[in-house]
Amino acid sequence: MDDARSTPIRVLIAKPGLDGHDRGAKVLARGLRDEGFEVIYTGLRQTPEMIVDAAEQEDVDVIGMSILSGAHMALLPRVVELSRSRAMDDVLIAAGGIIPDADVVKLKAAGIAEVFGPGTSIGQIAAYFREHARRTRD
Amino acid sequence: MTEPLAELASGERRPLARLLTRIENGDPSVRRLLPELFAAGRRGHLVGVTGPPGSGKSTLVSALTGEWRRAGRRVGILAVDPSSPYTRGAIMGDRIRMMEHAADRDVFMRSMASRGELGGLAGTTWLAAAALDAAGFDPIVIETVGAGQSEVEIAGLAETTVVVEVPEMGDEVQAIKAGLLEVADIIAVNKADRPGAEGAARQLRAMLSTAGGRVSREPPPILLTTATTGDGVAALAEAIDRHRSTARDPERARDRARNQLRRALADRALDRASANPGWDEAIEAVARHELDPLTAAEELLP
Repeated sequence: MDDARSTPIRVLIAKPGLDGHDRGAKVLARGLRDEGFEVIYTGLRQTPEMIVDAAEQEDVDVIGMSILSGAHMALLPRVVELSRSRAMDDVLIAAGGIIPDADVVKLKAAGIAEVFGPGTSIGQIAAYFREHARRTRD
Repeated sequence: MTEPLAELASGERRPLARLLTRIENGDPSVRRLLPELFAAGRRGHLVGVTGPPGSGKSTLVSALTGEWRRAGRRVGILAVDPSSPYTRGAIMGDRIRMMEHAADRDVFMRSMASRGELGGLAGTTWLAAAALDAAGFDPIVIETVGAGQSEVEIAGLAETTVVVEVPEMGDEVQAIKAGLLEVADIIAVNKADRPGAEGAARQLRAMLSTAGGRVSREPPPILLTTATTGDGVAALAEAIDRHRSTARDPERARDRARNQLRRALADRALDRASANPGWDEAIEAVARHELDPLTAAEELLP
């Protein structure tokens, strides 16, 4: 009974911006499902507003964004800003994709908790989410 | 009005989203809130949408939402997807088909994992629907897990159950395997731009006009829809709205109440029995085949 009642971590996986490559995001969504997460996958071409709207309604613990277009500096900090403006301060916001090291530093300063580069395993990402996502609320 | 209820009534999304999480997680505070939550319900139309995987349920719900929004109604949606029985994880992709309404603050959508329930819903879906009702959404749409022939739980909860089929289901062998069709208040043959849609609708009409088990009920209307183009969707929305009064006749209201009570009693019995100190021992005895499950149940809950 206890087992059935423990609560899975809810993760929103989104593709911000205009690049149409969502294979990585789908592989990650599936991998996290296999790690026991409840994954809400929103599909391609999401604006920061759409991502935060979805995260708010779904009350997720984690927002994970996959971005390959190079527009990360324009889009990712905006997601952090919007989340904070709606009192979603406790949502862990992370990103993955091809992001230069210099930008990683800036993104972290802007509130992106972690940036997962190419070659990161799903196990590593799952472990990071388990460690850093809020588990209990209210 | 207590604070949580006042927050719900305010139309803010965050308090509702938070409450839905507490509901899904079985948080004890929900139990205390329940009488007030029910009393605050505004009796929004509870509409179930079910059908096999790939029949276009999400796209159809999105198109219906467009119709209701044009009529100025605030639409609440609960989309249920299956949890893995092994890892308990889930992938919920229904928002992909709802993109059109992403920026609309009068559409609230929540994805729910079934978390071990087998009837096509999650165990807490009824409570989540009550929360959307208290928040003033009307209709409240519940989209089930992609359903086969036995995931008919939705019919005990929704006031109006829409079963979505596709033209390819239309050969007669499939049509005779009633299952889901028996609980339909309305049938939508979706993807009607494909060949065979008219034929499928005809076969369904012929079968359901003579089908056993529903003698006391009118055969359900069968409508052709193409969710991707919007064809037939306005007529479906109208049929759903028309069904609302039928759904609220006292006999049908009693049927739903009986079903809800039955579920609540089963949950309560399980809670009590599993708190019995003999619970683990009873499981062992049944597992070793030394005790039958019914006798074990009687011993745990005399």
